[in-house]
Amino acid sequence: MSNVRSQLTVSLWRGGEDGRYQSYQVPLRENQTVLDVVTWVQRNLEPSLAYRFACRVGMCGSCAMTVNGRPRWTCRTHVSRVADDGRLEIGPLENLPLIKDLAADMRPFFEKWQQAKGAFAPSKTRHDPIETIRPDSPARRAADAAIECINCGVCYAACDVVRWNEDYLGPAALNRAWTLVNDVRDTANVRRLEAVAASGGCHACHSHQPCQEHCPLSLNPTASIAGLKRRTALSFLKGEIEA
Amino acid sequence: MNVRLYLAQRLTAAVMVPLVGLHLAVIVYATRHELSAADVLARTRGSIAWALFYGIFVLAAAIHAPIGIRTVLTEWSPLKRRSADGVAIGIGLLLLVLGLRAVAAVVLP
Repeated sequence: MSNVRSQLTVSLWRGGEDGRYQSYQVPLRENQTVLDVVTWVQRNLEPSLAYRFACRVGMCGSCAMTVNGRPRWTCRTHVSRVADDGRLEIGPLENLPLIKDLAADMRPFFEKWQQAKGAFAPSKTRHDPIETIRPDSPARRAADAAIECINCGVCYAACDVVRWNEDYLGPAALNRAWTLVNDVRDTANVRRLEAVAASGGCHACHSHQPCQEHCPLSLNPTASIAGLKRRTALSFLKGEIEA
Repeated sequence: MNVRLYLAQRLTAAVMVPLVGLHLAVIVYATRHELSAADVLARTRGSIAWALFYGIFVLAAAIHAPIGIRTVLTEWSPLKRRSADGVAIGIGLLLLVLGLRAVAAVVLP
């Protein structure tokens, strides 16, 4: 096609933890995402290349990888914005075990989501009337600010504390906990606050804010974690939670 | 760090903020007025106020510092959590003993 101008030099991580980067030449197109590049390699050069994606429009949160040293959602990252002199180095997300090639094992990420009591615990059944929640109430505003997380794992891969402390629940799980703490319909907040007040919980955060810097949706998990620090400290002082 | 250690570290920090300010003011006062060791001891010996001031200061520092050291050790050293706890408690006790000895030396009559 006429819009193929030249080649892109792409290094992709191949293999497991003891693998290595392998270089490929990929046609450079005018309008091309990093995920397009990976898919082109898989379809044309390396049928065995393992990577993960689903929606391709920034909703499902499954395609995050490390692109030129930074964790990014690859389906919404344009090559023109991140290629360094026509070069791309694409690896799996950091701070997670590796399955193969570009597919990180997300289990620790979602296990910590569970540990932080990230599941909604309803107080009503489907037969009850829908609870009215004012959109301008402070709790709803706090939840709104954090609710759009797509579980891509970019913040988890970017976080220094996750790297240093294997028990740390991480920004995404704590951000999720904060949205539920501000959900008046939820019934699990004592257990949730106890979970995030324990060792490895919100108080392990150093507020470095790489989560906020890298979040593709511009959320601020550090702010959510700060909210949890305040809420757990007050609840502990009032004797509402045990620690 | 859990919520207990977090609160202990923040509360001791809050206690130390005015104490550090006053401590610096005392140093400036003592040097500006060229107080000798004997002058200082004359003011501090037998003083319950100075004993309380520096006693609380030492206690707060001995709680505050090891909590931070424990975090640094668990994140940046190969020590296991229990070992890091042990080292941090040891440093806390050392600060407490050294500090209280120093306070005793200047306030006991």
